[in-house]
Amino acid sequence: MAISNKPLLWLPFAVGGTLAALLVPALMLVFLIDAFGQWPAGALTYERVIAFVGHPLIAAGLFVFITLLFWHSAHRLRMTLQDLGVRRAGTRRVVALVCYVAAVVGTGLAGWVLFGV
Amino acid sequence: MSAPLYQPRLPRGWWLAHGGYRRYMLRELSCIPIGLFAATLVLALFRLGQGADAWLAFRAALATPPAIAWQVIALGFALYHSVSWFTLAPRTMPMVVGDRKVPPAWIAAAHFVLWLALSLAILLIVGA
Repeated sequence: MAISNKPLLWLPFAVGGTLAALLVPALMLVFLIDAFGQWPAGALTYERVIAFVGHPLIAAGLFVFITLLFWHSAHRLRMTLQDLGVRRAGTRRVVALVCYVAAVVGTGLAGWVLFGV
Repeated sequence: MSAPLYQPRLPRGWWLAHGGYRRYMLRELSCIPIGLFAATLVLALFRLGQGADAWLAFRAALATPPAIAWQVIALGFALYHSVSWFTLAPRTMPMVVGDRKVPPAWIAAAHFVLWLALSLAILLIVGA
C-alpha cells in the first residue's frame, strides 16, 4: 500500500478550520469591541487577562488553538497558491516549505510566549 | 517508456471567470486573515508578558483607524469562512447513525447552533 503524508497534513487543516470557524469571529469581535471602547470597564484589564491566560489549562488550550490556526492557514495558502498557478514541481516544493516553515515558526513563538520555553 | 505527463493548463486569472470561482477564491483566501489573526494572538500574549503598560499600548494600537479597518475586513473573511465551512460540513463529514444517514441540513444546523453558542459564551465571559 502506498504511504501518503496527506492525512497528516489534512487532519490539522480540518481541525484548525473547524476551530477557526467556531471561535475566530467571536474572538475578533472581542478585540473590535475593545477598539471601540464598548466593553464594561475592567473587562480586558491586564490583571484580569493575565489571570485568565495564566491558568495552565487555558494556556495549553490557547497553544493548541493557535498552532492549529497556523497549520490550517498554511495548508490552505499552499493549496490556494497552487490553484493560482504555482505548478512547477520545484516551485511547489518551495511554496510548501515556506508555508509549513512559517506555521512551525508561529507554533514555536506561541509556545515561547505562553510557556517561556 | 511512459506516456508524457498530462499537465492541464489553466489560463491566468481563471478564477475571475465565474461567480462561483470568485467565491471559492474568496473562501480560500480567508486563510490569510485567519493566519494573521493567529499571529495577532501571539503578539497579544507577547505584549501581555511584557507587563501592564505594554498590554495597554497593544490595545491602543488595535484601536487606531487603520487597525480597526483591517479588523473589520478580517472579520468579514472570518465570517465567510465560518458560513462556508459549516455549509460544507454535511459533505466533509457525513454522518450515519445506525443504518440511517443524518439529514445534511441537520449537520449544518448543528454546526451553526454550536457556533452561536460558543460565540455568545466568549462574549459573555469577556463582558461579565
